[in-house]
Amino acid sequence: MNDYVIPEKLRVVGTTPIRPDGHDKVTGRAKFGDDFHLPGMLHGKVLRSPHAHARIKSIDTSHAAAFPGVHAVVTAADFPKIASNVIDAGESGQIDMQDVADNCIAREKVFYDGHAVAAVAADNAHIAEEAANLIQVAYELLDPVMDVRSAMADNAPVLHDNFLPGAFLAPTEKALPNASKLELAMGDVSTGFDQADVIIEREFTTETVHQGYIETHIVTAQWGANGMVTIWTTTQGQFAIRDQLALVLELPMSAITVIPLEIGGGFGGKDSIYIDPLAVVLSKQSGRPVKMVMNRAETLRATGPSSGTYIKARLGVKTDGTLVAAEFHGAYEAGAYSGGPVAPGVSTALTRYNIPNVKIEGYDVLVNKPKVKPYRAPGATPSNFAVETMIDELCRELKLDPVEFRLRNALTTGDRLVLGFPCPEIGGVEILKAVQNHAHYQSDIGGPHRGRGLAYGFWFGAGLPSSADLMVNSDGTVQLCSGSPDMSGTRITLAMQAAEALGIEPSDIFPSVGDTASVGYSFQTVASRTTFATGIAVYQAAQDILAQMAERAALIWQIATDNVLIDCGRFLNKANIQQCFTFKELAGKLDGTGGPIAARALASPEGVGFQITAHLVDLAVDTETGKVDILRYTAFQDAGKAVHPDFVEGQIQGGTVQGIGWALNEEYFYDEAGHLKNTSLLDYRMPTILDVPNIEAVILETPNPGHPYGVRGVGEVPIVPPAAAIANALYDAAGIRMNTLPMTPAKILDKLNSLTH
Amino acid sequence: MKNFDYKLPASLDELTDMLSRGEHTARLLAGGTDLVVAMRGHRITPELVIDTKRVEELNELSFNDHTMILGASVTCRTVCRDPQVVKNFPALIDCATLIGGTQIQNRATLGGNLCNAAPSADTIPALIVLKAQTNICGPHGNRQVPVEEFCTGPGQTILEPNEILVSFSIPLPRKHEGAFFIRFIPRNDMDIAIANAAASIVIDSNGETIIEGRVAIGAVAPTPLYVSDVEPVLSGQPIADDVIAQAADIARQAARPITDMRGTVDQRKHLTEVLVRRALNGAVNRARGND
Amino acid sequence: MNRQQVTATINGELKEFLCEPRQSLLEVLRDELFLTGTKEGCNDGNCGACNVILDGIVVNACCIFGVETNGGHITTIEGLSKGNELHPLQQTFLEGTGMQCGFCTPGFLIAASALLDENPEPTEKEIRHWLVGNLCRCTGYDKIVKSVQDAALILRERAL
Repeated sequence: MNDYVIPEKLRVVGTTPIRPDGHDKVTGRAKFGDDFHLPGMLHGKVLRSPHAHARIKSIDTSHAAAFPGVHAVVTAADFPKIASNVIDAGESGQIDMQDVADNCIAREKVFYDGHAVAAVAADNAHIAEEAANLIQVAYELLDPVMDVRSAMADNAPVLHDNFLPGAFLAPTEKALPNASKLELAMGDVSTGFDQADVIIEREFTTETVHQGYIETHIVTAQWGANGMVTIWTTTQGQFAIRDQLALVLELPMSAITVIPLEIGGGFGGKDSIYIDPLAVVLSKQSGRPVKMVMNRAETLRATGPSSGTYIKARLGVKTDGTLVAAEFHGAYEAGAYSGGPVAPGVSTALTRYNIPNVKIEGYDVLVNKPKVKPYRAPGATPSNFAVETMIDELCRELKLDPVEFRLRNALTTGDRLVLGFPCPEIGGVEILKAVQNHAHYQSDIGGPHRGRGLAYGFWFGAGLPSSADLMVNSDGTVQLCSGSPDMSGTRITLAMQAAEALGIEPSDIFPSVGDTASVGYSFQTVASRTTFATGIAVYQAAQDILAQMAERAALIWQIATDNVLIDCGRFLNKANIQQCFTFKELAGKLDGTGGPIAARALASPEGVGFQITAHLVDLAVDTETGKVDILRYTAFQDAGKAVHPDFVEGQIQGGTVQGIGWALNEEYFYDEAGHLKNTSLLDYRMPTILDVPNIEAVILETPNPGHPYGVRGVGEVPIVPPAAAIANALYDAAGIRMNTLPMTPAKILDKLNSLTH
Repeated sequence: MKNFDYKLPASLDELTDMLSRGEHTARLLAGGTDLVVAMRGHRITPELVIDTKRVEELNELSFNDHTMILGASVTCRTVCRDPQVVKNFPALIDCATLIGGTQIQNRATLGGNLCNAAPSADTIPALIVLKAQTNICGPHGNRQVPVEEFCTGPGQTILEPNEILVSFSIPLPRKHEGAFFIRFIPRNDMDIAIANAAASIVIDSNGETIIEGRVAIGAVAPTPLYVSDVEPVLSGQPIADDVIAQAADIARQAARPITDMRGTVDQRKHLTEVLVRRALNGAVNRARGND
Repeated sequence: MNRQQVTATINGELKEFLCEPRQSLLEVLRDELFLTGTKEGCNDGNCGACNVILDGIVVNACCIFGVETNGGHITTIEGLSKGNELHPLQQTFLEGTGMQCGFCTPGFLIAASALLDENPEPTEKEIRHWLVGNLCRCTGYDKIVKSVQDAALILRERAL
């Protein structure tokens, strides 16, 4: 593992230049998934199962095929039947491509309300929709199972006779007809609990939530006459789309080119294929390009929400506040196919505290809901909610200050994690101290029915493969092309890192995102990894560029390359510093000294920095209605090194507000037959601009030595502690302990009423 | 969406004529914020959509000595910006500024809200307590129906085939009269009411005694409810917490809500009492001239 | 097919187009006129991504039929800037990082421009009330509010 020596003074990293793609975004010129058109393009629509669990007995597409304006109709029969094949899908963990194929279009059974059964391509979307509704499907209804405990009970309806147990960070083993299990342990919990002065045990349930990206899923596919496929789509990972399509359609990877358009939000939910294979085969059959759009209802019903959970946890502590033992049992929805975020969910439950005796048990549970997908720190929010509210309870019982308690138990650099390795550089203690010193923590809360809550959160980071290409133009400007789709400003943060490394200005660098035919393999833009891992690839490519340019200077000066000094964008002859070229000047001489210079780096870095954060919230509760108003919010987070501080703040504020929605109002409502009732943003209630105050982001920097500028990922951990912080503030305000998410007004009212009765 | 014909009549006669031909299932279009969405979701599938935005009578907003005439297709935006409406009918401003955000209010109409007949409609309780009458014209002539009798069930009204809601007639407030609308939603806007309530109060010139009170509640029954049972409890009584509490309790008892994904029976009954109490207090404040 | 002819002034230019009554204004703008700056986020009036100015007021284009706009005046995001000169809101959203993925941004810019046209000195509360129908999932809204406040200041200074 490289330990970089991070420069004391940075010239570009830490500033706030304007992103080059921003102009197109504020003028409406930027091309997102649905903004792409091809002449002769058809529109595709999917027919989806209205049942949560059923066997498909027959499908009659004849009326749809005969409908005027229809050019092609497909069912599972038009797709190859592929064998089981497990691949590593990054933050989705390991996935069986046979499951992915079955999810794209159901073959024998439908597993959730909204599961795709057939698709139509027609002259326009209205015709396609009308025609799709003419497809007749005969189902044999089966009983659905809609929550983890029911799915794990005796005699629960069984989804799959066989399934491969999921694995993501840690493998699981099949344990029940609908569930697989993992166990992690450290020390000996029974001895640990024996040493405890106070033990509490609590149960929690949390509901299914969705990433809620404002742009839905859209794909345009063209099956070329020569069998080459081109895809234009909104995605977090063009290579993942390409590879998954190749496997599902049994095509060579080189036959498919995926061109990523701008992406209107993803948060983990756009890392895999859904309608992509349908669009491809419809294009093949019709001989025309086909665009398919999943509308909002389809996106909620049939993409990848995040797990609902059932959690039971036990904490043992001494009177001085030392945590001595912890037991954590969590059952996480996997949805219709195995492989949800149970492992990261359970292993982040306690990871920020140094507890010697830990026993963790996690279940990945099949239920008749869409297969879950990563949602910003997958699995961590529910587990954090459980543990941080229990810690709040312990603090009150032991009459200990909540920050002091956490300082006493804080995980620090080098402490052993339950996953078995030591914690890399981490600034948890610094964050907790920053909380104590902040005006918010010290201020008077004021007013009746107001409360303040604190929660402390942790998430991993990731390295994973990234590539970057740098090309020097003869006028000294530089093209930077990476394979990482830009969800929120990584083009500029990568350009800034290149500028820092090369000694030039960010405005001289033109960053772009390459398609699968033009740039080296990159893993998805997920797991808070892009500024870190793709940044390292950029840095390495930049070193290569500098080395090549130094050679050219040496050639010109007729000296050995070792005698060229590179100093912040200038090349000097060590023996005669009058001989000096700026980057621009030297770039102008490349043609005459051997031709243009380019460099490519493929990095799969280790040295990942983990994410740690503390959130402090003040709220008021209307005790007659259960309504919560968030009054003040401060989020403290360690960014390692904030490349673009405004963007880091933006990540913190955005993730926090998603966490607030998760805490207070977001949930999937299913009826008893397993139909999703809230398929609109009217009733899937995400926070509006009126629902939240300003979110103050306090950025600390404990540099990560695994990155040349100290960067650690920042994007995910902000969503982790808001639910617990709000729950703790509710206790402070009204004396009620919430153990379910979301904490809706109805549930708060219930708790308030049970207090008075 | 299923296809349909679209027509834009220039007068009320032309509109009634289009309807009376009766060749197609027809729906009237005002702001479209409910209709377009319902058509897209295949819940309503008219063959003919008739746009009312050029029909003068449906877009009128006028005052005489006793009454405001509010056309069915007048938008919430127009209502909120009319100084006389703001002065005389703050309860209408309460509800017109709560419906779904700026963009929705710029198009949505009170007539549309009433004809859509959702149990949770945000403008109907205020219209009820303001004693609004609906002016209906149809093939058999014109008639007036009090707003509280207009809705007969979720999505259902007393309109006969080819009848049109033309406008509301709303009596101007008397001296020392105040009205107030309030609703409860889980977020701070953009939600369907879990419960809502409106109250109007007329007090004596001393500001101590209630002469008359009217209460209406919504989202707690198949239609918005006019709770006439509170009137004897309020009439002639001093303005006091226990009087208002008693009225709020009667309203709670009149509520017959269901449990659905937006709220539970217990929650809605509880909220009815809270909201009616707050609405009555708000109405008293306005009646006293303190806003 | 019963396509009707519609004539409307869009971003200052008179445009004629054909559309079926069932095509919303949003569909017409995007699919017939290829003005793809206006976005679909929900198609039922709950997110504001489809905001345009119609006859001087900000509306959800997804809840209006294209045929309703005959004779009307429409401003889309493409018409917010004057040639290459950005509207102050566009400038402040750029400089103040009032966007991350940028998908909701056209809707917010149109809605905020309507606010500043009517109320040049909005308080924070007024800004949040006005924009309640515009959803953003990336930013947490903080920098959007600040960008609107900064733009309001620029516009007021220009007016002096």
